[in-house]
Amino acid sequence: MKTNYLMLHTITRIVALIILSFSVYLFFAGHYTPGGGFIGGLMFACGLLLLYLSFDLNKIQTVLPIDFEKVIAIGLLIGLGTGLNSMLFGDPFFTMYFDYFNIWPFGEVALTTTTPFAVAIFLVVVGVALLTILTIAGDEA
Amino acid sequence: MSLLHLLVLSPFILALFIPFLYKWFRNVHTGWFILPLPVLLFVYLIQFVSAGPGLGFEPIMETVPWVPSLGINFTIYLDGLSLLFALLITGIGALVVLYSIFYIANKKDEPLNNFYVYLLMFMGAMLGVVLSDNLIVIYVFWELTSLASSLLIAYWFHKEKSRYGAQKSMLITVTGGFAMLAGFSLLYVITGTFSIQGIIEQSQVVIESPLLVPTVLLVLLGAFTKSAQFPFHIWLPDAMEAPTPVSAYLHSATMVKAGIYLVARFTPVFGGTSIWFWVVSLAGLITLTWGSISAVRQKDLKGILAFSTISQLGLIMSLLGLGSAALYFDVAEEGQVYTVATMAAVFHLINHATFKGGLFMAVGIIDHETGTRDIRKLGGLMALMPITFTISLIGLASMAGLPPFNGFLSKEMFFTGVLDATGLEVFNMQTFGLIFPVFAWIASIFTFLYCLIMLFKTFFGNYQPEKLEKEAHEAPIGMLISPIILISLVVIIGLFPNIVSYTLIEPVMNSILPGFQFDVNLYHWHGLNTELFMTLGVIVFGSLIYMNLGRWQETYFFLRERDPFNQVYDRGLDGLITGAQGVTNVQMTGLLRDYFAYMIVFMVGALTVTMYWFDAFTFAVDPDSMASIPVFAAIIVALTAIVSLSLPFIHHRVSAIIVLGVVGFLVALLFVVFRAPDLALTQLLVETVMVVLLLLCFYFLPELKKEDFKPRFRWLNLVISISVGLIVSLIGISTLALSDTAQFESISEYFIENTYELTGGKNMVNMILDDFRALDTILEVLVLGIAALGVVALIKMRFKGGEDV
Repeated sequence: MKTNYLMLHTITRIVALIILSFSVYLFFAGHYTPGGGFIGGLMFACGLLLLYLSFDLNKIQTVLPIDFEKVIAIGLLIGLGTGLNSMLFGDPFFTMYFDYFNIWPFGEVALTTTTPFAVAIFLVVVGVALLTILTIAGDEA
Repeated sequence: MSLLHLLVLSPFILALFIPFLYKWFRNVHTGWFILPLPVLLFVYLIQFVSAGPGLGFEPIMETVPWVPSLGINFTIYLDGLSLLFALLITGIGALVVLYSIFYIANKKDEPLNNFYVYLLMFMGAMLGVVLSDNLIVIYVFWELTSLASSLLIAYWFHKEKSRYGAQKSMLITVTGGFAMLAGFSLLYVITGTFSIQGIIEQSQVVIESPLLVPTVLLVLLGAFTKSAQFPFHIWLPDAMEAPTPVSAYLHSATMVKAGIYLVARFTPVFGGTSIWFWVVSLAGLITLTWGSISAVRQKDLKGILAFSTISQLGLIMSLLGLGSAALYFDVAEEGQVYTVATMAAVFHLINHATFKGGLFMAVGIIDHETGTRDIRKLGGLMALMPITFTISLIGLASMAGLPPFNGFLSKEMFFTGVLDATGLEVFNMQTFGLIFPVFAWIASIFTFLYCLIMLFKTFFGNYQPEKLEKEAHEAPIGMLISPIILISLVVIIGLFPNIVSYTLIEPVMNSILPGFQFDVNLYHWHGLNTELFMTLGVIVFGSLIYMNLGRWQETYFFLRERDPFNQVYDRGLDGLITGAQGVTNVQMTGLLRDYFAYMIVFMVGALTVTMYWFDAFTFAVDPDSMASIPVFAAIIVALTAIVSLSLPFIHHRVSAIIVLGVVGFLVALLFVVFRAPDLALTQLLVETVMVVLLLLCFYFLPELKKEDFKPRFRWLNLVISISVGLIVSLIGISTLALSDTAQFESISEYFIENTYELTGGKNMVNMILDDFRALDTILEVLVLGIAALGVVALIKMRFKGGEDV
């Protein structure tokens, strides 16, 4: 069955981009407004899922050759790393730090160690969602 | 972070680099990269050794908070006792690494990277055990040593015996470790602290506690399994399947001594109680006797050494038990006499590490150069391997307790210790006092005997090249360096025992028996006393038995090489598997609905019992305090209920999914109504991903069939679902009623007040996830990751039709 999915493909290209950028926005918004690593990650996964659903599985894999097992592992390592770094300074495991800095084009910015932690959550969530779904979808049995 | 913390962690850090070093420098033996570390640590530690009498250093304590709210901190405590062990671990560690470089050749298929990663992991864990002050940290490192050691035993995992030995050591030591953890928890219950030094300060509280007996027994179970005390000794002979450097390191010098360390460390807490005295000294005495008798009937050189180690560990343990009696008395009173036993234990600990390490390495050389360790095949190696012979001769003479080597000195002190015990007039010692010297003497005769057997069967007699796999010749010089160093120590300590007395033994004694005065001056000639005659008796009887060995060896007892307690273990393991299969067959029906029924019934039962127990069911809800329900909220709830109720009547999968999705979106709407945008967003997204996932899964599933159940089953399900609904509603009502009466401040108040000040973020939900409860979050995410890997494993690595797991 060969069908022309021109509409779907065209719209997907645009919509996926919007979803992915929105997920990045959500991720950074999490500090002050609804959002954060978990939601951002889920949204990102949804965006990628849309791509996988409308295009062929193999096609996306050639464009985005990502090993999601590694994404999970990297995420977990970053997460544990943010926990361990506080021990280097003599504080308990998973002490988070934050402070305000003046960085040139942005003015005063709050920088916090929860951000790398959120990145870790983001990566693991994306990895888990896609790894699970792609493994089941790619199964030939 | 202090240097001492770094010292404990450095082996782990180095271990991270081993796989790369192994890969990039294939031509260089990986061991060369390891060697500098233990040497460096040893040199660093040796500066703490005190220079002379009474110059012992002040104990050092450095803390890094880990989970301070639970009293768990990574605290390093360096005193005489931990220093001695740390020196043994790094010093013998360095020698073993050097030896292993020549022992395990750099062949292509040899997984050297595994070996050295395990070895470093072990070294770090062991340093952690002896240097930590916090019980929980000790426990973590303790189990890590079990893990590392069983990995090392199974290093040649293609051999069945290696796997068997590894599993056995793991099962026995980890079981003991669990018991020890329970004991530690009881100690925390009694004293309210996990710090050993804190517990020692409260030793009076511990001794008077009604929980003393279970605490002592549980802690000792951990120590006894690790130190291979009777009847847990059966794992040690099987652990001899490990490469010989490992045996020399773990199974004679360090890991098996962790139990000794623990007993010594806890002597200031429990010492002076009759239970501690009897259990420790009797377990040690039985182990000593049984180990030495069993060693005689071994045919494998490493088997003899394994049982000899068991027996010597029993000796040290027994001495620690006897010495703990000193704490029963006041510092100024007659307790001084019994400190000799403790001193003998410490001295023998050092000596044992030197001569047993050397002997293991010598046996490794024999194995390496002839291809066998069987004493029935060996013989006449004296002329062919003169250096190995010299090493063995000195090591064995020291182990047998002959002058002028260090083993003689500690054995004389051992005899003094057991003879002193007969004069002890507490703990019912008057009646049983005599068993100590009698058994000690019998055990010493057998010790002498197996030393003779090892010496004569290996180096004297006829050389039988036809039975050996290789032509015997002397080992390369690199392999000889380590045993030579150890054996030189045997001689040096033997001739000049006082080089260790003030530098090492005195600080250790101060840690084990704080406040006592000791005469640590060691000398050879004690006069014509009972001890000397006991030694002479040992030599005479030992030699007599050896001469008649041919007749002895025909007896049933000597023909049975395997320890009878192995049968208990093997049967127990078989029984465990059969039993587990029985339980599994009943419980694991393979039907999801059964699992759910089990879980839910258990949950309902547990909740009901707990609530009833604490009399928590109340319905006195103040009508004024209840919030009014807006109409739209009521509508959403009603819709959710209707949609949920319609679910069981849908017989088409895709429609079921869509209806389920509707429930999810309605719940999300409810979150929006109650102003929880974060939750609503999450719920929406999770719902979306779930629908995709379920649709994918359903693609592979057969069409839904009309369910055909027996009425009894339906009724049961109805009862279960109603009870779930009932208990949840009751809990909800009771919670509301209780919060009215208790007037607890809601936890959200704290977060509302502090979120911005403490974290700099304004999104409270997110800050709880990322900052306040980051540990929970990372662990939850870890579970997610494991689940995803589980999916991958189930789907990608499943068995293809017909195969069974």
